[in-house]
Amino acid sequence: MQLIACPWCGPREEIEFSYGGQAAVAYPADPASLSDEQWARFVFFRDNPKGPFAERWVHSAGCRRWFGAVRDTRTYEFLSVGPLSATTARTSVLPEATP
Amino acid sequence: MADTSMLVRHPLETRRTLLAELSAELDGVALELEAPLAAVDLRLDPAGPGPAAVAEVAGGPLPPQPDTWTGLAAGQALRLGPDEWLLTSAAARPEDWEFGLDEAAAPFGGAAVDVSAQRTTVRVRGASARPLLASGCAIDLRPASFPRGRCAQTLLGQAGVLLVALADDDLQLFVRPSFAGYVVDWLVDAAQEFRRPS
Ligand SMILES: [Zn+2]
Repeated sequence: MQLIACPWCGPREEIEFSYGGQAAVAYPADPASLSDEQWARFVFFRDNPKGPFAERWVHSAGCRRWFGAVRDTRTYEFLSVGPLSATTARTSVLPEATP
Repeated sequence: MADTSMLVRHPLETRRTLLAELSAELDGVALELEAPLAAVDLRLDPAGPGPAAVAEVAGGPLPPQPDTWTGLAAGQALRLGPDEWLLTSAAARPEDWEFGLDEAAAPFGGAAVDVSAQRTTVRVRGASARPLLASGCAIDLRPASFPRGRCAQTLLGQAGVLLVALADDDLQLFVRPSFAGYVVDWLVDAAQEFRRPS
């Protein structure tokens, strides 16, 4: 079984962790102004890269802390782990707002 | 108001005799239920002066390293996370333990909550205690990497436990009461391997 390096507890078995999806999906600044399509895009649409992907993970059976990781989706190799905020700059999945 | 006159009973009380009888037939392993402890979950900024202030009330220093524990006057301080500790006491009443620690932590933005009923403890002793636990636990339990002073929240079988190394041949296991039956059944099953040859 693959080991994942929790930034707090160190390397632990993958079974102790839970996946939290793409990291740094920014909450809309003004949710009320979004169209249904824009809202759906925020709620459901995520990147699906072939290669390094910034993700959120939680050490659910250990320290219960969330952290960020960059994982290669082709090899499942963890390239880096760190605090959530430091993993990636915040990015938005929303399309540019059209006035 | 809650009736505090009722005796606290170990959730596994009905298995106490079974564990004693089994332990007598085992070679190098003894399984035992521990007396219920007062336990408080402390959330506190580890960087500020908070931990030192709480340490005075707790009766001992809080462990500065991840996954380690330190001894208190009548219990232990176990580090559960960057800003989280479990503080136990065998002497204090749970409500007093919570009150004193919360009062010490509050000025520093921290909080202490009584979690005495959240976990129950089982003691695994003997030269074969580590091999027994290692058969269902993925972390390296050899004394070199899990010496006295270490603790770890991890899985034993399929249940979440907090493993505490008290000595090379003495480990303590905190488990949620609802999983305690499963964990003890698992321990009893795994211990069959260590039966004294008859
Ligand atoms: Zn962890």
